[in-house]
Amino acid sequence: MIDVAAILGSVPYCAWLGVSARIEDGAVVLDLPFDAKLVGNPILPALHGGVTGSLLETAAIAQILWETGGKTIPRSVDITIDYLRSAGPLTTHARAHIVRQGRRVISARAEMWQDDPARPVASFRGHFLLASSE
Amino acid sequence: MSEQNDFWREAMRQGMGQTAFLRALGGELLEFAKGRGRIRLPYAPHLVGDPRSGAVHGGVLTALLDQACGMAIGSALRAPAGMATLDLRVDHMKASAPDIDIIVESECIKIGREVAFARAHAFQSSPDNRLAMATGAFMLMRLEARA
Repeated sequence: MIDVAAILGSVPYCAWLGVSARIEDGAVVLDLPFDAKLVGNPILPALHGGVTGSLLETAAIAQILWETGGKTIPRSVDITIDYLRSAGPLTTHARAHIVRQGRRVISARAEMWQDDPARPVASFRGHFLLASSE
Repeated sequence: MSEQNDFWREAMRQGMGQTAFLRALGGELLEFAKGRGRIRLPYAPHLVGDPRSGAVHGGVLTALLDQACGMAIGSALRAPAGMATLDLRVDHMKASAPDIDIIVESECIKIGREVAFARAHAFQSSPDNRLAMATGAFMLMRLEARA
């Protein structure tokens, strides 16, 4: 078993955002505590759409590392984010699953939620290139 | 450009243009007017998503592209409106190189009654050296409709 939390901890951007990882029911769950620097809309207030995108993409990467046992960060090819609700000033969580794993490309989906897992704030799908062992 | 639009552009510049998150990333609004926007992001260690290569995290580009699309739409609106990203698709063409500024340019494609569309791309050094492209749909919340 690889230590996903340690790998993410070694990624400067994830550490700067404040993302931490835990394993729950065989999947990686990411937690991101609220911080004033993450705000995109001060009136609501709401998290920046880029924070949402960052957390979802990181969830997919973390799940891929966990399931493939890889240590190198897979490269994002394309991603799509659906913003379902405004993300408030709360701790945010995300979880991903692999839809299909090919030899070189992985298709993954992810969801993000805040206080209620049944009310997702955003959903995500993306393709990732598995890092070749150069 | 109408006076109202000048007012709105100034409000955008002070308000949603300069978001806390863009500031925290270190991004700088170079310009945005008449449906086009431009952001510069100096390279910084806290942006790195792949420690081996020094490339910035994909989410950094997503943030810049999302913001630039919103700015392009905001600068094209004739009357103030709130805005929320409905969806954003980002294609990553190339990993970024360390120590070089990232530039994002955006363009408003269409403003409808309820929804607006924009696209943006990110590059380093020259527009030919494209890192990522995005297309987004944005919900408009027109203020006068609520009055």
